[in-house]
Amino acid sequence: MTTSTPLLELRGITKRFPGVLANDDVSFDVRTGEVHALLGENGAGKSTLMKILFGLYQADEGQIMLRGEEATITSPTSAIEQRVGMVHQHFMLVPTLTVVENVALGLHDARKLRPDLDAVGARIREISEEYGLEVDPDIDVWKLSVGERQRVEIIKALYRDAELLVLDEPTAVLTPQEVDDLFVILRQLTAAGTGIVFISHKLHEVLALSDRITVLRNGRVTGRTVPAETDRQQLAEMMVGREVDLAPDRPIVETGPVRLSVSGLHVTGDRGTPAVVDVDLDVRGGEILGIAGVSGNGQRELAEAIAGLRQLDRGSISIDGADTTGVTPGMARAAGLSYVPEERMKDGAVGEFDVAENLLLVDHGDSRFIRNGLFDRDQIETHAARLVEEYAVKTPTLHTPTSSLSGGNIQKLIMARELDSDPLVILAAQPTRGVDIGAAEYIHRRLVEQRGEGVAVLVISEDLDEVFALSDRIAVMFDGAVVKIFDRADATRESVGLAMTGVV
Amino acid sequence: MSRLAGAFVPLGAALLAFVFGAVMILALGENPIDGLLAIIDGAFGSGERIAATAVRATPLLLVGAGITIAFRASVINIGGEGQIIAGALLSTAVALWLPDLPKIVLLPLVILAGLVGGGFWGAIPGALKAYASVNEILSTIMLNIVAVQLMNYLLRGPMIDPIEVEGTRIPQTERLTDNAALPTLIEGTRLHFGVILAIIAAVVVWVILWRTPTGFRLRAVGHNPDAARAAGMNVERNIVKALTMSGALSGLAGVVLVFGSESLRLVTDGGSAGFTGSAGFNGIVAALFGGLHPLWTIPSSFLFGSLLTGATELQRDLQIPNALAIALNGLIVLFVVSSDRARGWIKDRFGAAT
Repeated sequence: MTTSTPLLELRGITKRFPGVLANDDVSFDVRTGEVHALLGENGAGKSTLMKILFGLYQADEGQIMLRGEEATITSPTSAIEQRVGMVHQHFMLVPTLTVVENVALGLHDARKLRPDLDAVGARIREISEEYGLEVDPDIDVWKLSVGERQRVEIIKALYRDAELLVLDEPTAVLTPQEVDDLFVILRQLTAAGTGIVFISHKLHEVLALSDRITVLRNGRVTGRTVPAETDRQQLAEMMVGREVDLAPDRPIVETGPVRLSVSGLHVTGDRGTPAVVDVDLDVRGGEILGIAGVSGNGQRELAEAIAGLRQLDRGSISIDGADTTGVTPGMARAAGLSYVPEERMKDGAVGEFDVAENLLLVDHGDSRFIRNGLFDRDQIETHAARLVEEYAVKTPTLHTPTSSLSGGNIQKLIMARELDSDPLVILAAQPTRGVDIGAAEYIHRRLVEQRGEGVAVLVISEDLDEVFALSDRIAVMFDGAVVKIFDRADATRESVGLAMTGVV
Repeated sequence: MSRLAGAFVPLGAALLAFVFGAVMILALGENPIDGLLAIIDGAFGSGERIAATAVRATPLLLVGAGITIAFRASVINIGGEGQIIAGALLSTAVALWLPDLPKIVLLPLVILAGLVGGGFWGAIPGALKAYASVNEILSTIMLNIVAVQLMNYLLRGPMIDPIEVEGTRIPQTERLTDNAALPTLIEGTRLHFGVILAIIAAVVVWVILWRTPTGFRLRAVGHNPDAARAAGMNVERNIVKALTMSGALSGLAGVVLVFGSESLRLVTDGGSAGFTGSAGFNGIVAALFGGLHPLWTIPSSFLFGSLLTGATELQRDLQIPNALAIALNGLIVLFVVSSDRARGWIKDRFGAAT
C-alpha cells in the first residue's frame, strides 16, 4: 500500500498574511493509497495550506514535493497538470449544463474548437464503473442530489488523472447514508492508489476513514496520530488546545408546561412548493427538542414560521399558551420567543453595527436604555460589557464592527443577546455551524443551562453529534414532515440517520 | 482605514474635480487662477456675498440632512425637488389662507405645513416601496415631475396672484404676509433665520440617527433588513418613516425658499429649477460629499453654496457660463462615488486575508 517516497510532501510551509501567521512551519505528507486527515478548527490554517497546494496562494517559506521532486505550483491549472485534484466544499459546477459538459469545461485541447463530448462521456462511464461513482453523464446537474453532485466533482478530478485528491469538508452537506457511500468510494480510490487529503472537523468521520491524522491549531501542527491510538476526546483537545467537554452534562430537569406548540403546520417554501407539511410539535419548559434532518427538508421554513418571518398556509403556533399564528417577528418575541437564526450574518446580526449595537438589536426600545428620549450610552455600554464578559465574546472593543469578529464570536454575541432577554422559548437553528469547538462547547452549555431554568429549547441542526449531545427528544424531518420523534434513550445514530432519509 | 484618512477621500475628490474644472476653464481660453479667484470673490468677497452664500447653502443643507436619513436607511431618495415643492405649496397655502394670524403663531404653522407637505410627498414613494416593491428611485423622480405640474396648475389657477389674473398671468402667488417671513438675522443682508433652522435640523438629524431608538432602527433596516426583521423590527414601517422624514426636511427647504426670499412669494417658471434652483439635487451632492453624515453635511453644503454663488461671479467676470459650476458638482459626485470604490478596492487588495 505505501511506498517509501510519499506522493506529496509539504515541508516547513509558512504563510503570512498582514497580522496573521496562517501557516507556521507546517509539514504534511500523503502516501499513495492512504487517507490522511487534516483536522482543525476554522482559522487553524487548513484551507490556507490546501490553497497553497492548489496554487491559489504561494508559500512564503517551505517546499512542495510531489513524488519526491520539488514542485512549483503557480495556479490551479498547474496543480491539475501535476495531477493534484481538489473537491471544494462549495461545488464548482454549472447547474444548467449536463455532467459531461461540466466535466469537459476547462479541458484544453488546442487542436479542436470544442471537446469531443461523446469521448468525454465514454471516459466518464469508465471512471464511474471503476470506482463505483454512479452518475448518468447526460443528465443536467441541477437535477442531481447533493451527493451526486459531489460525485461529479470527484469524477472531474479523476478525469484529469488526479493522483492526489483533496476533499475540503466533503461531508458537510451529506446525509449520514451519503457519507457512508462517499467513504466506500474513497476506499476504492485509495485501493487503486490515489492519495487523499480529507479535511474535516467532524471527529467521528476522521476516525472512521483516515489512515493518519494531522491536527492543526493556529497555523501550527499540534498533533500527528493514527485512529487506533486516539479518540474523539483527545482529538478535540488537540484541536482546541485545552480540555473540552464534548457533551455537556444534562442534569435531570422536571419538565414544565408546554411552552411552544405547533400543530397541523403547513408552510410554502421559496419555490412555491410545500416546504413544511402537517407538522405537530410540542416543546415543554425544561426540555430540549432537537430537530435532525438533512438541510432543505423544511427545517428553515419551520423555524421562520415559528419566528413570524414566514407566512403559514394552515395550522397554528402558540408560545406559552398565547396564539402566535401568523404574527410578526416582534409579536412572537413579545410572547417570549428568542430566535437564533440559521444564517448569522444575514439574519442574526448587522455586520456594520458594532458589538454594542448588535447586542441592542432586539431590546433597543427597552426603557432601561433610554433617558429623556435619548439612548443612555452608559447603560448601553455597561450592558454590552457585561454580556461580552458573561458570554466570552472575544472582541477588541465594544465598538468593533461585528463583521470583523470570527463566526464563533458572532454566534456567541447573538446567543448573549437572545438568551439574556429571559425567554420562555428558544429557537436555535444550526447554533454551532461553522463555529469552532471551544465556542460550540460554550454555546451548548448555555443552551443546557436555559433548559435547567425551565425554558423550552428547540434546536434545529444538521449535525447529529450536536442533536445527540443536547436533546431530550429528537424529531426527524424529511421532505417537510416530522417522520419520527425519538426519545433520547431510544435513539441511535443509525435509527436517526435512517429516518433522515425518510425510512421509518 | 482610519477616520482621518477617510476624511481625506472627499477632499481628494474635490481637489481632482477642481483640477478638471481648471482644465475646462483653460479650454475656454481663460486663466484658471483668475477663475478660482473670481469664485472665491463671488462667494466671500463681501459681507453681503457671504450672506448670499449662506442663504444659498441653506436649502442644500436641509435637503442634504434629509438625504442622510434616507440613504442611511438604504432608501435612495431622488425626490428632493418634488418634496421641496410640496412643502412650499402647502406652507404657502397656509400663509395665503391665514394671513392675519400673529407671527408667533403663523410662522411655526407655516414651518409645520412645509414639513407636512414634504413629508407627505416622501411618504408616497415610501409606502409604494414598502408595500408594493416599487423602486423608490423611479417613483421619487416621477413625483418630482408631478409636483412641478401641480405647482404650475396651482400657481396659474387657485393660488395665482389676483393682480395677475387681469395682468400678464405670470404664474405666481401674491406677496405673502410679512407675518410669515423668516426673520432677517443681519439687517442689510439677506441672511435669515432659515440658516439657523437648517443647522439645527442637521444636528437634530444626527441626534435622531445615533442617539435614539428611531434612528437605530432606521440604520439597522438600512444595513441589513433581514436581521432587522428577525430582531422584531417592522422593516416596511421604517422605510416609510425614512422617506417621510427625508421628505419633511426637503419640505422645510421649500419653506425657506419661499419665506426667506426677497419677493416673499412662490413663483414658477414652468420647470422645477426655476423655483428650487435644483436644491433638491444639489442637496444630494452635498450629503454625499459630507459622507452621508448630517454634521459633515453642514460644511459640505456651505462649500457647494459658495460654489454656486461664486459661479455667478465667474460668469460676470470671465464670461464663463455658470454651467461650469454644475459640471463641477457632477465631477465631485463622480469622484466621491468612485473614491468609495477605490476605498473598497484598497481594502480588498491590502486588507488582511482570511
